[in-house]
Amino acid sequence: MNIKTLDASDPLIIAGKSYGSRLLTGTGKYKDFDETRRASQAAGAEIVTVAIRRVNLGQDASQPNLLDALPPEEFTLLPNTAGCYNAVDAVRTCKLARELLDGHKLVKLEVLGDQRTLFPDVVETLKAAETLVADGFDVMVYTSDDPILAKRLEEIGCVAVMPLAAPIGSGLGIQNRYNLLEIIENAKVPIIVDAGVGTASDAAIAMELGCDGVLMNTAIAGAKDPVLMAHAMKLAIQAGRAAFKAGRIPRKRFASASSPIDGTIG
Amino acid sequence: MHITLNGSPRDCAPATTVAQLLEDAGYGQRRVAVEVNQEIVPRSLHASHSLADGDHVEIVHAIGGG
Repeated sequence: MNIKTLDASDPLIIAGKSYGSRLLTGTGKYKDFDETRRASQAAGAEIVTVAIRRVNLGQDASQPNLLDALPPEEFTLLPNTAGCYNAVDAVRTCKLARELLDGHKLVKLEVLGDQRTLFPDVVETLKAAETLVADGFDVMVYTSDDPILAKRLEEIGCVAVMPLAAPIGSGLGIQNRYNLLEIIENAKVPIIVDAGVGTASDAAIAMELGCDGVLMNTAIAGAKDPVLMAHAMKLAIQAGRAAFKAGRIPRKRFASASSPIDGTIG
Repeated sequence: MHITLNGSPRDCAPATTVAQLLEDAGYGQRRVAVEVNQEIVPRSLHASHSLADGDHVEIVHAIGGG
């Protein structure tokens, strides 16, 4: 393996498009658009999520726009359906996003169950995924870490399945690595951990398990120094991916000497 | 006539087009998407699509989100 070209020779492929970066970032919770842009760049992110919301009527319409800070020519925008609690609203939001972004087909589907847990409503998620795929969208779908459901979403035609590691914004890290492993081993589409990462080691663990990428927002935007944390996450994703590709040693209960036993004095 | 714009009541002249509404709201030159009665009105039709009394109009844009 040529180390220098690891990223380039090992692209993440989503809906037929290759990406060098396996770190996808959200754009919420930043202080301002300048910080959003600097953190996105420090993360090396190529895919960044955006939310679709009503414009604030009555406010100055000439205010800076997120898309000025993150131009679609530079980043692949991934409009999400955050805040949707049923399939109908999620599908409407995706159609608005497609219109807003001139026919852009890639969307992040998330249909939430309730405001306390922000866990996905998997029944509505399945319904929305079927409708969106039939309408020609490339659907990256946020879901629970249920291996059976992940497979169903893949079979429906989603281009990436994105199980949570822990609740959105919780920073609790990878809570069920065996479920994730099961999902990864059965998948034919990229598996991207979405939600729950708290710090760099969490991202590295996800990648060491064999995830194809990690999507995060709060862990970076909520850090004391978001730009530095974005950099840390970039390194963690690269380190975790390299370790996964390298193949870790098996865990053993007993010690195994690193130096030869033959030729010791005495 | 009366329409509902982003969830709030609004008065506008009869047969106002989507393009005129956007201009009046200050979003004439901005990157937004428009839905009327839950159907997308493509940008190419903003100038020709006339609104009717009671229409529900949504104007959305992209903001930060995860």
